Amino acid sequence: MASTLFDKVWDAHVVRKIEDGPDVFFIDRHFIHEVTSPVAFLGLESRGLGVMFPEKTFATADHNTPTINQHLPVEDPLSANQLKALESNSAKYGISHWGLGDPKNGIVHVVGPENGITLPGMTIVCGDSHTSTHGAFGAIAFGIGTSEVEMVLSSQCIMQPKPKRMRILVTGTLNKAVTPKDVTLYIIAQLTTAGATGYFVEYAGDVFENMTMEGRMTVCNMSIEMGARGGMIAPDETTFAYIKGREKAPKGADWDTALAYWKTLKSDDDASFDKEYHFNAADIEPMITYGTNPGMGMGITRSIPKAVDLEGGVATYQKSLAYMGFAEEEAMIGKKIDYVFVGSCTNGRIEDFRAFATIVKGRKKAEHVIAWIVPGSHLVEQQIQEEGILDILTEAGFALRQPGCSACLAMNDDKIPAGKYAVSTSNRNFEGRQGPGSRTLLASPLVAAAAAVTGYVTDPRTLLS
Amino acid sequence: MAYDKFTILKSSAVPLPIENVDTDQIIPARFLKATKREGFGDNLFRDWRYNSDGTIKTDFVLNNPIYTGKILVGGRNFGSGSSREHAAWAIYDYGFRCVVSSFFADIFKNNSINIGILPVTVSEAFLDQIFVAIEADPATELEVDLEQQTISIVATGASESFDINGYKKHNLLNGFDDIDYLQAMKTEILAFAENK
Repeated sequence: MASTLFDKVWDAHVVRKIEDGPDVFFIDRHFIHEVTSPVAFLGLESRGLGVMFPEKTFATADHNTPTINQHLPVEDPLSANQLKALESNSAKYGISHWGLGDPKNGIVHVVGPENGITLPGMTIVCGDSHTSTHGAFGAIAFGIGTSEVEMVLSSQCIMQPKPKRMRILVTGTLNKAVTPKDVTLYIIAQLTTAGATGYFVEYAGDVFENMTMEGRMTVCNMSIEMGARGGMIAPDETTFAYIKGREKAPKGADWDTALAYWKTLKSDDDASFDKEYHFNAADIEPMITYGTNPGMGMGITRSIPKAVDLEGGVATYQKSLAYMGFAEEEAMIGKKIDYVFVGSCTNGRIEDFRAFATIVKGRKKAEHVIAWIVPGSHLVEQQIQEEGILDILTEAGFALRQPGCSACLAMNDDKIPAGKYAVSTSNRNFEGRQGPGSRTLLASPLVAAAAAVTGYVTDPRTLLS
Repeated sequence: MAYDKFTILKSSAVPLPIENVDTDQIIPARFLKATKREGFGDNLFRDWRYNSDGTIKTDFVLNNPIYTGKILVGGRNFGSGSSREHAAWAIYDYGFRCVVSSFFADIFKNNSINIGILPVTVSEAFLDQIFVAIEADPATELEVDLEQQTISIVATGASESFDINGYKKHNLLNGFDDIDYLQAMKTEILAFAENK
């Protein structure tokens, strides 16, 4: 029977099917970080359980780490305590740990792929909803809760009902200044923030085929923002070229065996999906959000929709606009902004900083704007230096911070103050997400750059030659 | 950790008729720094409950003493966003044992069941009926019967059935959890891993 990419990977990992219940689902790779793992380790202790396959779990500290002066002791005692717990739990059970200061440290969804831990055909979970990022490699990857972290540690399995299949095709040629972030914000705006709940998405079509791995990761990362459990893209030569030679990637004969398997990982021509969407690349322009969920986005030159023209509750919509300090039918272009954040597991990879640099090169940061430029990992930080991007940033008045999740969720000190507007390359514009009272406009690194140098929401096309 | 058994819950309910309540609202990230699971209830809906100076926002439903009970009723797409199980812990720690909505985000739904909170999905129309009934009388009681898979508004007798898979239902009724199940099939898992 014809099957989808998703079916092929899912079915190969079912240990047991429970009648009228979930599948017992085997996990190949498990990432943990300091915030969602401590209680899982407490659970193991209270039950007297061990870690079944410590070599399949990888720990890195990222959510709660400072992005300056990482060589100094962490000041916040609660944060320091979480980081210490991750370190001691990892040591106790023999789990690889890339703590603060380790050259491999960085955001979990950046360091996993760049070290060759993430591979096609795998099942990958982490106590973090943006685990969907790893689907860019043709893996089934999704976020789990802490109870499930405990399950994976103790049995390498979780209990999951199989999601339905959705395919999203985007075909054609992307317009100037339209990046993978714009493609995903466009899709989410079409489907809404709950439009893919219950589904696992396969992204297909030449737009994704022509994307780099960094771009594919941005798209798969945001799958959760339309409610999908995850999103994946069939692996191809771009994928294999990215993986080859990375530290933990297969080598020699193992590589050949793996490659032969990876090449089988695609949906059969006559495979069917429970739901399909087809979008035209030409319809997408640089995007920006105006509300308090990622589905509230639009082309940057458009005006904020009227509540009556949208599905869903008018009261919820108006509450959202009131929080943002915006009104129906207003234009976003020209709105004054206070902060710019470039980074996160969505847009904290080298390609994102290259894009940012194309606009800030030869310009200056707007005086009233505070900008936080945060690489996703030390490797990205190093690339920024080696490629001369750091010089461009410095000359334009921007400083580079140290790797971590930073202002994406504002658990550390990188908080946008109440009432301030931030153009952010991260993934969520929820109320208070970037600090209590903060107002987030989600966008691509190009839109962030245009805002950073002008101080206002600006169409990046007007700044590109 | 195995949890309390869930059989029949009869209680008044707290209405939160807002759509897309995300887990950042349920428990903001800055309160996720604990290394144990108790105590999150104090910060449940923190930024909707309190002003930045720590004073109470009197217009928020949890601060209105006429609304009480072990059932939280939320608008469509409840629990979207972050996978933080802390959101479910906060709801449990505050005293809720059941959340009712017309639509739940996947991860939140799993997390809730995994700690013994029952997520009940009702139709949009029935959800509206519940909100109307509570607005008319804040003491309105709901009865959730897991064995029968029904939820009713006690005063009017209006009732609807809800879905839950047989495995999870059995777990909740008996206070079992997935870790017990997985531990019991370790040999099978090891054999599977060996053959992969």
